[in-house]
Amino acid sequence: MFDFVTPQLMVYAAIVGTVFMGLQIGAAVMVYAERKVAAFMQQRLGPTLVGPKGLLQPIADIVKLVFKEDLRPKAADTALFLAAPVISVAAAYIAFAPVPFGAASTFFGLLDEPMPLLISDINVGVLAIFAVASMGVYGIVLAGWASNSKYSLLGGLRASAQMISYELSYGISLATIVLLANSMSLRTIVDAQAGYWFDFIPRWFIFLQPVGFVVYAIAGVAETNRAPFDFPEAEQELVAGYHTEYSSMAFAMFFLAEYINMITVSAVATNLFLGGWHGPFLPPEYGWIWFLVKMAVLLFGYLWLRWTLPRLRYDQLMSFGWKVLLPVATINLLVTAAGVLYFGY
Amino acid sequence: MATEQLLFYAFAAVTVLGSLAVIGQRNPIYSVLALIGAFFGLSGLYVLLEAPFVAIVQIIIYAGAIMVLFLFVVMLLNIPREDAAEWDRAHPMYRPWPMRIGALLALALVAQLGWALTRTPGISEAIGAQSAGISDVGELGRVLFTDYMFAFEVTSILIIAAMIGAVILTRKQTHE
Amino acid sequence: MNNGLVPLEHYLLLSGLLFTIGTAGVFLRRNLITLLLSVEIMLNAVNLTFVAFGRQFGTVDGQIITFFVMTVAAAEAAVGLALVIGLFRHRESLNPEAFTSLKW
Repeated sequence: MFDFVTPQLMVYAAIVGTVFMGLQIGAAVMVYAERKVAAFMQQRLGPTLVGPKGLLQPIADIVKLVFKEDLRPKAADTALFLAAPVISVAAAYIAFAPVPFGAASTFFGLLDEPMPLLISDINVGVLAIFAVASMGVYGIVLAGWASNSKYSLLGGLRASAQMISYELSYGISLATIVLLANSMSLRTIVDAQAGYWFDFIPRWFIFLQPVGFVVYAIAGVAETNRAPFDFPEAEQELVAGYHTEYSSMAFAMFFLAEYINMITVSAVATNLFLGGWHGPFLPPEYGWIWFLVKMAVLLFGYLWLRWTLPRLRYDQLMSFGWKVLLPVATINLLVTAAGVLYFGY
Repeated sequence: MATEQLLFYAFAAVTVLGSLAVIGQRNPIYSVLALIGAFFGLSGLYVLLEAPFVAIVQIIIYAGAIMVLFLFVVMLLNIPREDAAEWDRAHPMYRPWPMRIGALLALALVAQLGWALTRTPGISEAIGAQSAGISDVGELGRVLFTDYMFAFEVTSILIIAAMIGAVILTRKQTHE
Repeated sequence: MNNGLVPLEHYLLLSGLLFTIGTAGVFLRRNLITLLLSVEIMLNAVNLTFVAFGRQFGTVDGQIITFFVMTVAAAEAAVGLALVIGLFRHRESLNPEAFTSLKW
C-alpha cells in the first residue's frame, strides 16, 4: 500500500524541505547580516549581546514580534488586510521553486538516476520566476488599500507602480540570457556555462553580458523594493509606507517576503550570470557550496548598496526606470541578438 | 479518477466560480480579485492542454499586468461598493417574468454553444501524434515569426496606438 | 500528458459556459468596470477554445492566436479604462445609465 513511497519521493521531499527551511533560515541570517554589515559600515559594532557575537539576535527579534499585539484598524477591510501579507510571502516562496541550486546528483548512489536539485523542473523556468514576481505586486498594493489610511495607500500605489515599471527591464535582461543559452529552463542555462575559455576564464554569461548583468541587478533591486529604490517603505517620508498599519506577525511576514525575494533574485542572478554551481576544485556533487558562495557575494552587494547609497526620490526613480534603464536594456537585447546571429553562439 | 481528470475538474471549478464571483460581487475590488483567481484556473487548464508557455504568459499579461491596471483604476477612482438599495430599486429588468425569460434565454445560449461546439467535424478523433511538439517554445517562436509575421508587426502598431490613446484620453482638459 | 483522458467536448463546454457567464455579466451589471471585466472573461473563454482545438489538431497555431487575442485584450483594456476615467471625471458615476446624452 505504501509502495508509492520510493527513494525518489523521499529525496524529492527532502529537497522541498531543504529549500523551504533554507529560505527561512536564509532570511534569519540576512536579518543578522544586515545589522552587522550596516554597523561595520557605520563604524559601530551592531548586535553583540544576544549569544556569541550577537548570533542569536534574529531569534530575539522573532520572539519579540510574536509577542507583540496584533493590531487591526477598525476601518480596514479585514479579508484583504489579512490576505495581503499571505500573498506576499506565498509569491516569494513560490518564486524560488524553479531555481536549481546544485548539479543533478544521485546522492552517493542512493538513487538509480540523478535527480535535479530543484523543486520544479519546467521548461519555461525563467518565465515562471518572472510571472510569480509579478504576483508579488498584489500583496503590496492590497496591503496599502486594505489598511484604509492615506500613508499606506500612497505607499502601496507607489510601490506597485515602481515594481511594474522595473519588471520590463527585468524581463528584457532575462530575454538576453535566453538568447545566449537557447533555452528557458534554468538547468540548461547553467549547464551552458560549464567549462572554460583558454582554460582559465570560466564561461560565465557575465563576461558576455556585462550590461545585461548591470540592468538585471538594478531591476532586481528595484523589484524587491530595496534601497536605493525603497521609497515605498521609506521610514522618513511615508511613516512606513504600505505596512504602516501592520504589527507583529503580519509585519514579520512582509519582511520575510522581502528577504526571500532578495535571496531569490540573487539565486537567479547566480544561475543566469555567474555560472550557478560550476566552480573549480570541487567535484560536481558539492557544487551547491559554490552556489551558496556566489549567492552570498551577491547578497552582500545588496547590503552594500543599501547602506552606502542615498534614497532616490520617487519621480527620479520612475524617470530612471523608464527613460534610462528600459532603452539600455532594449539596445542590449538588439546588440545581443545581432551578436548571436553573427557569431553563431 | 485519473489525475488529469481530477485536475481538470478542479481548475474548471476555480475558473467558473471565479467568473461567477466577478459578475456577482458588489465590491469592485473583490470582482477584480475573483477574476485573478479565475485566470489562475485558466492557466492550470492551459498546462493540462500541453501549452505551458501560454499558461505562463496568461499569468504575466492578464493576471500580472491587465488586472493591476484595473486595480489601479478602481483604487484611484475610489469606486464605492454598489448599493444594495440601488440594485433593488425599480429597474424594468428586475421583475419576475423578465428575469425568468432572461434566465431561460441564457440557458438556451449555453445549450446552443455546447451543441454547436460539439458538432464540429474532426472533434472526436484521437489527438494527433504531432501534438507532442506543440509545447516546444522554439517551435512557437519559429511559427510566430515566419507565418504570422505580419500580424505580429501590426499588433505592435496597435499597442503603440493604444498607449498614445490612453495617455491622451486621461489628460486633464485645461480650459483657457 | 497523455492522449486525451479529458475529451475535447469538456473543454468546449467549459469555454461555452465561461462565455455565457461573461455575456450575462455584460447585460446584468450596472458598473462600467465590471462590464469591462466581463468582456475579459469572454475573451478568455475564446482563448481556451483556441488552445483546446490547437492541441486536438496538433498545431501550434492555436497558441499563437491566443497571443494576438491577449495583446488586443490588453490594448482594449487600457483604452477602455482611460475612457472610464474620463467618464467618471465628467459625471462622478460609473453607472452606464448615467450617460444618456446621446439618447433621443
